[in-house]
Amino acid sequence: MFDFVSFIPRAVMQGIPLLFGSTGETLTEKSGNLNLGIPGVMYVGGICGVIGAFFYEQSLPSPDAIHAFPAIMIPLCACLLGSLLMGLIYCFLTVTLRANQNVTGLAMTTFGVGIGNFFGGSLIKLSGTAVPSIALSATSSFFHRSLPFAQDLGWFGKIFLSYGFLTYLAIAIALIAAFILRHTRAGLHLRAVGESPTTADAAGINVSRYKYVATCTGSMIAGLGGLYYVMDYASGVWSNNAFGDRGWLAIALVIFTIWRPNVGVLASILFGGLYILHMYIPSGMNLAVKELYKMLPYVVTIIVLILTSMRNKRENQPPQSLGLPYFREER
Amino acid sequence: MEQKIPAVSMRHIGKHFGHVYANHDVCLDIYRGEILALLGENGSGKTTLMNMLSGIYFPDEGQILIDGKEVVIRSPKDAFSLGIGMIHQHFKLVDVLTATENIVLGLPGRLDLKAAAEKIRKICDAYGFQVDPHQKIYDMSVSQKQTVEIVKVLYRGADILILDEPTAVLTPQETDKLFTVLRNMRNDGKAIVIITHKMHEVESLSDRVAVLRHGEYICDVPTQQTNAQDMTNMMVGHQVTLNIERPAPVNPKPRLQVKDLTVRNEEGILKLDHVSFTANSGEILGIAGISGSGQKELLEAIAGLQKTEAGSVMYIDDSGEHEELLGKDPLSIQQMGVSLSFVPEDRLGMGLVANMDLTDNMMLRSFRSGHSIFTDRQTPKHVAENVVEELEVSTPGLSTPVRRLSGGNVQKVLVGREITSAPTVLLTAYAVRGLDIHSSYTIYDLINQQKKQGVAVIYVGEDLDVLLALSDRILVLCGGKVSGIVPGEQADKREIGLMMTRTEGNTHAQ
Amino acid sequence: MHSKNQEPLFHISKRDSLVWYKAMLIRLVALLVALVVCAIISVLMTGENPLSIYQTILYGSFGTTRKLWVTFQNVAMLLCLSLAVTPAFRMRFWNIGAEGQALMGCFASAACMILLKNVFPNWAIILCMVLTSMLAGAIWGGLPAFFKSRWNTNETLFTLMMNYVATQLVAYFCVVWESPKGSGQIGIINPNTELGWLPVIGGQKYMLNVVLVIVLTVLMFIYLNFSKHGYEISVVGESEKTAHYVGIKVERVIIRTMLLSGAMCGIAGLLLVGSTNHTLTTTLVGGRGFTAVMVSWLAKFNPLWMILTSFLLVVLERGAGEISTNFGLNQSFSDILTGIILFFIIGSEFFIAYQIRIRKSSTKEAQTHV
Repeated sequence: MFDFVSFIPRAVMQGIPLLFGSTGETLTEKSGNLNLGIPGVMYVGGICGVIGAFFYEQSLPSPDAIHAFPAIMIPLCACLLGSLLMGLIYCFLTVTLRANQNVTGLAMTTFGVGIGNFFGGSLIKLSGTAVPSIALSATSSFFHRSLPFAQDLGWFGKIFLSYGFLTYLAIAIALIAAFILRHTRAGLHLRAVGESPTTADAAGINVSRYKYVATCTGSMIAGLGGLYYVMDYASGVWSNNAFGDRGWLAIALVIFTIWRPNVGVLASILFGGLYILHMYIPSGMNLAVKELYKMLPYVVTIIVLILTSMRNKRENQPPQSLGLPYFREER
Repeated sequence: MEQKIPAVSMRHIGKHFGHVYANHDVCLDIYRGEILALLGENGSGKTTLMNMLSGIYFPDEGQILIDGKEVVIRSPKDAFSLGIGMIHQHFKLVDVLTATENIVLGLPGRLDLKAAAEKIRKICDAYGFQVDPHQKIYDMSVSQKQTVEIVKVLYRGADILILDEPTAVLTPQETDKLFTVLRNMRNDGKAIVIITHKMHEVESLSDRVAVLRHGEYICDVPTQQTNAQDMTNMMVGHQVTLNIERPAPVNPKPRLQVKDLTVRNEEGILKLDHVSFTANSGEILGIAGISGSGQKELLEAIAGLQKTEAGSVMYIDDSGEHEELLGKDPLSIQQMGVSLSFVPEDRLGMGLVANMDLTDNMMLRSFRSGHSIFTDRQTPKHVAENVVEELEVSTPGLSTPVRRLSGGNVQKVLVGREITSAPTVLLTAYAVRGLDIHSSYTIYDLINQQKKQGVAVIYVGEDLDVLLALSDRILVLCGGKVSGIVPGEQADKREIGLMMTRTEGNTHAQ
Repeated sequence: MHSKNQEPLFHISKRDSLVWYKAMLIRLVALLVALVVCAIISVLMTGENPLSIYQTILYGSFGTTRKLWVTFQNVAMLLCLSLAVTPAFRMRFWNIGAEGQALMGCFASAACMILLKNVFPNWAIILCMVLTSMLAGAIWGGLPAFFKSRWNTNETLFTLMMNYVATQLVAYFCVVWESPKGSGQIGIINPNTELGWLPVIGGQKYMLNVVLVIVLTVLMFIYLNFSKHGYEISVVGESEKTAHYVGIKVERVIIRTMLLSGAMCGIAGLLLVGSTNHTLTTTLVGGRGFTAVMVSWLAKFNPLWMILTSFLLVVLERGAGEISTNFGLNQSFSDILTGIILFFIIGSEFFIAYQIRIRKSSTKEAQTHV
């Protein structure tokens, strides 16, 4: 029998970084910016959290002196700050200087992954451990502490309540983002900016400001995905390149959900499930087949991409000005 | 006349793009309770001037006064807050949003679509518009979209309305409706500016007319004190006598036989409905009609660029042999040995490549010639040299991208290339749109030359006077149907104008 | 509310065009500023004086004959992929799937080497490698092109996804063909027989790659600028409507060009496996497929300029690598420097395409050419 009770929590844990990433990227893309730097941003988010936690732990007189509030707030703020800076770089280049978005995004990914691995490596050296990774288990314990009564509720508690607070934050952010996009004026304006900046501009919407705010907010949300990955999923263990290609998977998720963050909640768990499915299927004992299962999210995304373009329903297309810079006096 | 404070007063406005002046030292007053027609040829700077009022462009020089107070309009938002609303020629609507969402776009406050829809209904009832607040823009017809644009401006409480060539896309019925609404608004005390170059609209609608020429302000006069001839003179600067030559056709023979041509566009709307006619060699067949009556589809179907539903286009060569053109793409038509030239409406978007230089643009038609896998750049270079010399194209050189040439020169390059291949059929769409008088005459001459050489010319035009003077026969299209073919010499302008709005039966253009 | 001194301070407008040497000057200045910034960062990290850092960079790339050849090899591979993506870019087809297309080339070559070693003689194996790697790359590039031309499927996202499908496919076969058993790696293929190894010419292991890529660069330059295909690509890229109008079959051009683009990526894969590494891993292409996008774009899609831009990026990377080892920083330091330099060059394009005028007052304005 398929073991859902242990499968679903693991799928969720795999899915949450993707959910953060895809919610952030959806907001970004809705403003017409295709930020291919998201993988880099997520690395930066992760490493900034690690740096914050590392220095906090170092500053403590003894490991017992740790407090929940600073242990959570310091890494969280460091992460948000780091990913905000990445968002600002991207915006300055593509919105203010109207640079090519694909090229800027790819450069951001090189840069961000470099930052992550460089500082990760430096911290590993600073901490002087024998293994090439850095463990912040004390701080991390605050991140993946689940509700106290989750244990008592059997399978229900395990499937729904056994996660750290960032998990619920991710779902909340996705739902809020979906609500903002559909039902608020800011969301309406943002969609207009991504569809047709000329129209939005003529309607008196400050296109640049919307692009900046959406992209920077998106970066910060995506950065949280990196933080979740190190602090909760990996229990505070940073090792270089461990985050892998999850950033690209997050971009895939955006397409898969046809730009709808609320769909992303379930879709990210589905993607997470596909990622670990091999462990739950008898033939999955074969190591090689595992790699083929990991291919599934991408294949599924490609199929969704093809199907939506074939059906050609206007609502399901990428934002119309996605990837294009906007210059008002274009003639 | 009593002294009124103008709602808008533009003082010594200047704006240039690069080294080209779009507006120079323009002074213009706009009053409430008045419809002002802003008249000028294409490229005379009407739209640029109004764009500065609506915050799209920022003036390089001069001041703008609203109700006597100097203001700075930096963005459309500033314009809105001053009560200025502009309805652009290219609608500024987001396709995937509904009418309501588009109308409230850019406004502050909480989003309440229900209340907004209610307010929209009220506005519609007050002026007699028909808008479904929940309809998506991509499902709408052109006139519906325009209505949404107007409601949008009214929703914001604008009392200074600017309309940029609002009738260009409308049927006569829709135009009448629009004018009624505009008059209602004027009587409400709103200031209305309508940009146009159509005389009859100025005469029937406006209270006052202001004329721009080459970016400069010429004068303004009450409409009642002027007439079409005077206005034309002001617009073009000197007396226009349409002195277009019409040599008698020499030995005309059927060249192109179009039968029951039927075209449906992607949305399934019938654009051409059983169109039949014959174009003769050595003759100019003029095509008249309100824009969007199927002219574009007709030419593109003949040129092999348009999917057709039914009918046939038969090409008859000098030896009398018949060949079907329909269902073939431009390449196979060329390979059949049919020399068909086409000057499309969208010059830089279709006829030429804006970023390529003259030589490379000349090569568009000829680059396939020869068996080499490499392109031959020498021949097109000579062609370009010839065109520049013979048609007096003013360009810094052959390696200048065509986007940097002026409209008239762009057209000369395009027409020059199309006639270089010694065509037997020449299709032209709005060949003189946006051109100054001098360039226009150059183009008429070129077309006449082709006619004399025995080419079958199909000339789609918008200016009836020119069509009447140039064409040997005039085919009138209305709503995708042929409402008649009349000989050019006996044609009466009013009769053709009537045919443009009414077909033989009783169906109207959509 | 609307007072006079609220006028915008800057006015940005598009330049008509900029003479080429001014454009080059702007880029050069950007590069110099970037190098200064990088130097400052490096000094902060290492405490060395900046000159010795740049000396280290140069030493890292050109210091010894071996280093020099490794640099050449890296330039050759990067250039090869940049050339490959260029025809697609000229067509405004954003192929960011060079990574996957090249990896499929690697995969096909390795597959031939492994599966055919006891079947065919060496020359036949190599022939099969050449053909299959080009085919594999072409398929990987052709698929997105097919869907783009039919249904206008977004090619940026499609090609991006295809990279990871390729990665996982290779990961699968890495396990299937692992040697020795249980290692999860393929190791050097045919280490003793050297079957399927491309010949070494001029006594230099990397000579073949370098020569081949030089030839490809010249061919690509000619193809893009002087052939009928190249002309069609430019027309399609500038305006599909114009292309239809003159009878160019746009769908066919898109698919043909992407097949070519993919096949060239496949060649890069062939060289990586057959000539350089003689093995197959998922990271064999090493992100060059993405860097190639930047190389091509920085060179404004001109193959000859690409020699320069790919050289620049490789030297930076190898130099920064040298800094890392010399000063005890980790290898990723080079990614940071590369990123910073790219940001500056990307940003400088703005000053080439636009001009900024600062308004001094409402009537008079000073023109400042930046």
